[in-house]
Amino acid sequence: MTTTSPVRLPARGSRLPWSLRLERRLAVPRWLPVATTAGAIIVALAISGLILWIAGGDPVAIFVHIIGSSFGSLGVLSDTLVKATPLILTGLACALAFRMRLWNIGAEGQFLMGAWGASAVVLIPIVPAGTPSIVTIPLMMVAAMAAGAVYGAIPGFLKAVRGVNEIIVTLMLNYVALFWLSYWVFGPWSEGGFQLSRPFPPEAWLPRLSDAAGAVPDFAGLTVHLGLAFGLVAAVIIRFFIFRSRRGYEIRLIGDSPKAARYAGIDVTRNTIVVFAISGALAGLAGMSEVAGVVHRLQQAISPGYGFTAIIVAYIAKLHPYGVIVASIAFGALILAGREIQPSGIPAMIQGIILFSLIASEVFLRYQIRLERREA
Amino acid sequence: MSDPQADQGALAVEMRGIVKRFPGVVANNGVDFDLRAGEVHALLGENGAGKSTLMNVLAGLYRPDAGEVRLLGKPAEFRSPRDAIAAGLGMVHQHFALVPTQTVTENILLGLHQPRFRLDAGRYDDEIADLAGRHGLAVDPRARIWQLSVGEQQRVEILKMLYRGARILILDEPTAVLAPQEAADLFRTLRSMVADGASVVFISHKLGEVTQIADRVTVMRRGMVTAAGVPIAGTTTSGLARLMVGREILETIDRTSFAPGPVVLAMRDVEADGDRGLPALRGISLDVRTGEILGVAGVAGNGQSELAQVLTGLRRCSRGSVTVSGVEIGNRTPRDAIIQHVAHVPEDRTGVGTAPNLSVADNLIMKIYREAPVSTRWSIDMGAVRRFANRLREKYSIAAPSVDTQARLLSGGNLQRLILAREIASEPKLMVAVQPTRGLDVGAIGTVHRLLLDQRAAGAATILLSEDIDEVLALADRVAVMYEGRVVGLFDAADADVAEIGLLMTGGGASTAVVPVVVPGVA
Repeated sequence: MTTTSPVRLPARGSRLPWSLRLERRLAVPRWLPVATTAGAIIVALAISGLILWIAGGDPVAIFVHIIGSSFGSLGVLSDTLVKATPLILTGLACALAFRMRLWNIGAEGQFLMGAWGASAVVLIPIVPAGTPSIVTIPLMMVAAMAAGAVYGAIPGFLKAVRGVNEIIVTLMLNYVALFWLSYWVFGPWSEGGFQLSRPFPPEAWLPRLSDAAGAVPDFAGLTVHLGLAFGLVAAVIIRFFIFRSRRGYEIRLIGDSPKAARYAGIDVTRNTIVVFAISGALAGLAGMSEVAGVVHRLQQAISPGYGFTAIIVAYIAKLHPYGVIVASIAFGALILAGREIQPSGIPAMIQGIILFSLIASEVFLRYQIRLERREA
Repeated sequence: MSDPQADQGALAVEMRGIVKRFPGVVANNGVDFDLRAGEVHALLGENGAGKSTLMNVLAGLYRPDAGEVRLLGKPAEFRSPRDAIAAGLGMVHQHFALVPTQTVTENILLGLHQPRFRLDAGRYDDEIADLAGRHGLAVDPRARIWQLSVGEQQRVEILKMLYRGARILILDEPTAVLAPQEAADLFRTLRSMVADGASVVFISHKLGEVTQIADRVTVMRRGMVTAAGVPIAGTTTSGLARLMVGREILETIDRTSFAPGPVVLAMRDVEADGDRGLPALRGISLDVRTGEILGVAGVAGNGQSELAQVLTGLRRCSRGSVTVSGVEIGNRTPRDAIIQHVAHVPEDRTGVGTAPNLSVADNLIMKIYREAPVSTRWSIDMGAVRRFANRLREKYSIAAPSVDTQARLLSGGNLQRLILAREIASEPKLMVAVQPTRGLDVGAIGTVHRLLLDQRAAGAATILLSEDIDEVLALADRVAVMYEGRVVGLFDAADADVAEIGLLMTGGGASTAVVPVVVPGVA
C-alpha cells in the first residue's frame, strides 16, 4: 500500500454530455409490469415496422393486414383461436414449470407424445371403431396426458434425483419424440406408405362450432373446437393450483428460494417430478387437442413449433395463467398472419423482436434509470 | 467543524449536506460527515437510521440527491464503486458480493485488469495468503466461497479491498458476523492500518465495540445526525445510546428463575460432515430441558451451523442419535423435525429463513400451511391466511404496509420479527435459534431476547447458538462452548467465567485434548 493515493475522478471514453445510471429498485409498483410489457410490445412493433419499411414495405398497411387477417371477421377470429388453443395449453405447461424455475424446454416433445398417445387410442386401436365420443374422447385425453406426463417426468426425475440439467434433457427429448412419431407414421400406422395415419373415425373428433351450424347458422364454417375449452378450463385450474393450493404454495416457495422451501419441510425432489409431470400432461393434452380437433389423423407435421412458441408465451404472460390466454391469442394471430403475408418469415421476425424487447424491458422492473448530466 | 481538534488531522473525507431519498423515505436528510486521515470513525445508529445509505453514497453506489463529497479536499464524484476504489476508498458491505463457486483468490482478482489472460493461480494464492497473513485475516486462498463461514467470507471482502489498495475502508457492521476473538483480531487489523495512515469508517450499532475501537463517533437517527464527530473519550455508553434511539435502553434482562423440566432434546455422539466433506461435528452429546436455554458459544465455523442443521433435519449425521421427546429426528427430513415442533430461527434470514419475493403472509405460513385452518386437504384458505398473518403482524409489531408486501422489503429487524412470529406460532417444543440478533438494532435485539425468554417461560427448550458471549451469558441457563466440532466446555451460566469461555472458544488448552462431556445433571 502506498501512503497517499491521488483522487482520480472518472474519465471515461464517452463524449456524450450525459450518462445513464441504474439504481436498484426497492419496490415494484403494481402497474409497472403491465406498463413495461405494453411498452416493450410497442417498441417491438416500432422496430419491426422500421425493418419492414427498410425492406420496402408499408409497415402500417402490413400491421393493418395482420390484424385484419387474424381478427377481421368471425371466420378468421375462429381460425386465430384454433391456433391459440395449443399455445394456451403448452403455454400453461411452461408457465407452471417456470414458476418453480424448472426450465422445461420440452413442451414440443411432450406435445408430440400427447398426440401420439391420443392417436394410439383409435389407431392401435384400444377402443373398437364405433365407440361413442363420450367414451373415446375422454380416453384419448387420459392417454395423451399420461403420455405427456411420463415424458415430462423423465427430465424431472433425472433433475430431482441425479441433478441432471433439465434444459439439455428436455431439448434433446424433443428430437426423440419427433423420431418416435416418425417411426409410427412411416411404419405401423402409415396409410398406404404415406407418412400419415388413416383419418380418425368421427367419434374421435372434438366437436367444432360449425357442428352446431344447424341450430345457429352463424356458426357455419367456424373451426373452433372443444380444445379451446380445455385450454380455458386448464387456465382456471392452473391459476387455482398455483395461488390457492397447498402444492402451488410449495411450488411458489421452491421457485423463489429452494433453501427456504427445504427449511419449511418441503420435499423439493418430489415436487420437481410432480411439476414436470403436470407440465408434460398439459403439453400432452395440447397434442391431443390438435390431432383430435384439427388434423384428425396423426402425421409428422402437426406442430409448427407450438412447444417452443409456448416458452415465449409463458414469458410474455409473466407466468400468469390468464396472461397465457391473452398472449396465446396474440401469437395465434401472428401464426395465422404467416399464411397471409409473404414472406411468411415476417410474423416470426415480429415474434422474435417482441421476445427480445420483453427480455430487455425486465431491466425497468429491476432498476430505476436515471439520466445524468456530465460535468464539464 | 467547530471543535479545535479538527485541525489535528487532514480531512480524508468531507461530506456536506447529503440528501438521499428513496420512494417514501428520506434516508439521509442533510447529513454532514468528516473522516480524518488516520482515525477510526464510528458511525452509530439503529437499523434504518441511514448509516449504510450515507456510506453507499460515499462509496459511489448511490448518487446523492443533494450535497457534496470531498476527498482529501478535492470534490469527488464517484459514478460507481469502481471509481471509489480507484480513489482508494473501499467498502465492505453487510451482504457480501462474492461468487460462491469461485475460490477466494478468484473472487479477489475478479474485475481487476491483472491478470489479463492466464490466471497463474499459484502465484496469486501466495500473494493473497501473504496479504492475509500480514493483516491477521486467516483464510485459505484456495477455498471456494460457498465452503466458507460468514465470518471467513467477510475476511475475503476486506482482503478484496486491501488488495485493491484501499486507504479509506468503510466497514458496514463488520462485527455482526464475528465472534469476540475474531472481532478483536479485526480491531487489531484496523489499528495497524490506521497507524499506517489509513482511515476507517466503522458502521455499527454496538455501543461497546464503538467505544473500544473508535477515535470519534457520529451518531445518526432517522436520517439525521444527532452527534457529529464527537471524540470517543468524552462520551458515555448510555449517552450514546440515548442519542441513537432517543430513549434509555434497558441493559439488564428480566428473567424468571431457572426451573427446568424433563429433557426435550437429547443428542448422543453426533457426528456430521460439513459442506467440504470434512468432519464438522465430532461426537456431540447435549441435553436441553423444557424451560431451559442452552447457549452454545463458539467462533464462527466451529460446527455451530452444522449443529443447527442436524437438529432441524437439514443435514445428515454420519453417526449418533438426535431425539426430541424421545422421537428420533436425526437423519430424517426437515419435515420430521417440524412435526416434532422443532422451530428454527436460521442464521441466514434472507436466504433460508424467508422467501424474499413472496409476501409477508406467504412467509408467515411456511410452517403451518399444511394445517387447519389455513389449509384443507388440497387448498389454502386465503381468508384464514390473511387473518393469521394479520394477527401475527399485530402481535409481533412487524412493520410492513400490509401482509401482501414482499418480504425482501422488510428491514432486518422486521424480518427477524416475522421469522420469530412464525416459529413461535408453531408452538415449539425445541427452539433452535442461530445468531438471532445478528445485525439487529438495539430495539430489535430487545424484542428478540424478550421473545426467547417468553418461550423459555412457556416451557420450550431452547438452544441458542451465538457468537456474542454477552448475549449467551445474558440469556442462557447453561453454556456449552464449541471448538472444532466438539463441546469443549459446559457451564452453568451463573458460574461461567467469560475469560475461560473465551479461552476455550479460541482453542486455548483444548485443541488437542478432548474434554469429556458430562451429561449434565442440572437441578
